[in-house]
Amino acid sequence: MNSLITLPLLIPLFTAIILVFFNKNVTVQRWIATIGSLLTLAAAVWLSATVYTQGIQTMDLSNWQAPFGITLVSDMLSSILVVTTSLIGFVCLLYSFRSIGVEREKHYYYPVFFFLILGVNGAFTTGDIFNMFVFFEVMLMASYVLLVLGGTKIQLRETIKYLLVNVISSGLFVIAVAYLYSVVGTLNMAHISVRLNELGQSGIVTVIAVLFLIVFGIKGAIFPLYFWLPGAYYAPPAPIMALFGALLTKVGVYSITRTYTLFFTQDIGYTHGLLEILSIITIIIGVIGAIAYFDVKKIIIYNIIVAVGVILFGVATFTTESLTGSVFYLIHDMIIKAALFLLIGIMIKITGTSNLREMGGLINRYPGLAWTYFVAALALAGIPPLSGFLGKILIVRAGIDAGNYWGSGVVLLSSLLVLFSVMKIFMNGFWGKAREYKQQEKVPVRWLLTAPVILTICAVLYGLGSEALYPIISTAAETLSNPEIYIKAVLKE
Amino acid sequence: MEILMSLLIGVIFMSATYLMLSKSLLRIIVGTGLLSHGVHLLLLTMGGLKRGAAPLLGQQAEAYTDPLPQALILTAIVISFGITALFLVVAYRSYQELGTDNMELMRGKEGNE
Repeated sequence: MNSLITLPLLIPLFTAIILVFFNKNVTVQRWIATIGSLLTLAAAVWLSATVYTQGIQTMDLSNWQAPFGITLVSDMLSSILVVTTSLIGFVCLLYSFRSIGVEREKHYYYPVFFFLILGVNGAFTTGDIFNMFVFFEVMLMASYVLLVLGGTKIQLRETIKYLLVNVISSGLFVIAVAYLYSVVGTLNMAHISVRLNELGQSGIVTVIAVLFLIVFGIKGAIFPLYFWLPGAYYAPPAPIMALFGALLTKVGVYSITRTYTLFFTQDIGYTHGLLEILSIITIIIGVIGAIAYFDVKKIIIYNIIVAVGVILFGVATFTTESLTGSVFYLIHDMIIKAALFLLIGIMIKITGTSNLREMGGLINRYPGLAWTYFVAALALAGIPPLSGFLGKILIVRAGIDAGNYWGSGVVLLSSLLVLFSVMKIFMNGFWGKAREYKQQEKVPVRWLLTAPVILTICAVLYGLGSEALYPIISTAAETLSNPEIYIKAVLKE
Repeated sequence: MEILMSLLIGVIFMSATYLMLSKSLLRIIVGTGLLSHGVHLLLLTMGGLKRGAAPLLGQQAEAYTDPLPQALILTAIVISFGITALFLVVAYRSYQELGTDNMELMRGKEGNE
């Protein structure tokens, strides 16, 4: 029994509720939001440290014993994801203060923001498959509101599509849970794992596995199911885009990782083989999109899809080394994607357009912005010693060890093309002839820049300190590759 | 009984898919409502239809109905109710703003250069 695990959920919840009452007073809202998000971050770090020193933390809600009630489980993976989520939440909040606009702030931007953090943290922490659905819905509900808040034409139009796609995927989620429940008769994730292993390899389990892959694949934007993403993420303003890009798809990726390491390990040849093929195609499609467009938002959005593919390729290879690489890359990608979205948000604010052909010469007036972007872009592509490097090398090496030369080759080649796509922004946006932009005097660049600078510093430190962080990440991967640890901690056998 | 339910669920899913493929926004929303009904029925059927006494109440009964699917459905109903309400509001607002409820006319071309 450990109630520390609930703090990263309860603090955002109560902050959100308190914020609802102060919706007219923007200054008070900002202070409460800052304090709430710092507290969440502190609680998350504390939880993470506890998990590292004392092993997996669990909590049976209302004291119902493990397989019967809802259990919250914080293993190393979920706790570091909660830390990353809280960090990104805090930084996006800082950025929002000067960019989101008073109108949005008065119309419940901050409460919804914290409900989103609650949903994401909850989805990472829960140990019950139906509870995961509930947290998904909390997160999605908040994301619908954030996406539509402001009510411009493009936002309304894209929200409808996003809503429809997610309603269908939620329906499929419940269907998948229903089938799983009819087979194993339990909802506790550790217990499901035990029962499925007793059951052995059977056709129905493979069907359920693929159904779960479809459900989480829609959320995580893998190959045939990513079609909604470039449109929907294009619509909202930069801080919301950063939150979505860094957190929402990663929740889908985390869920695939969790279910495909804990539940569906009976017929690896089929399920993980399928995941591998899909992840490789995802990388290829993402890279094509990232190279093809001349719009800064679209380029970074397609880079999300590339990263999802890379992480899932590591999961599909399914060795301890590749899982370590995936976890490394997952955390790296969350941080660096948020940083990049915030940086291009500043570029768009200054120039008033997201079209690269109408930009140029920003480096003259904004050298800080330019060099932060440059470092973030190198980190994204995985140039050593920055943060993307170690994750990618582990994934590629594990892929080659497993005899998958094609997949590893695609991952390697994708880094090069990703680098090309982000350098395209650098060369066209920052270099070239300086232009005059109407809006540029009003933009509080210095304030806005603090947020991505914090994230970029985190990314650089994450890369430089990967040696020191390695034990933490490998503990996380250890739990993934050996579900016994997770099961023992939850069921206390 | 389970077979009959499965057929019914199949028909509901079929109609929901048909409605969701239409151009009109309102029909799509009705389709999503129907989809969630189908999902809830499926959840109920998967737990096994009523056999045995109510749990906790009839303490000496030989068999009990599984209460869990019902609890899950209750949760899922509340969620889908909330989402349908939001969907309707967004649809109404976008009809005001965009002047159309035809999905064919709601394609986005931003950034496609």
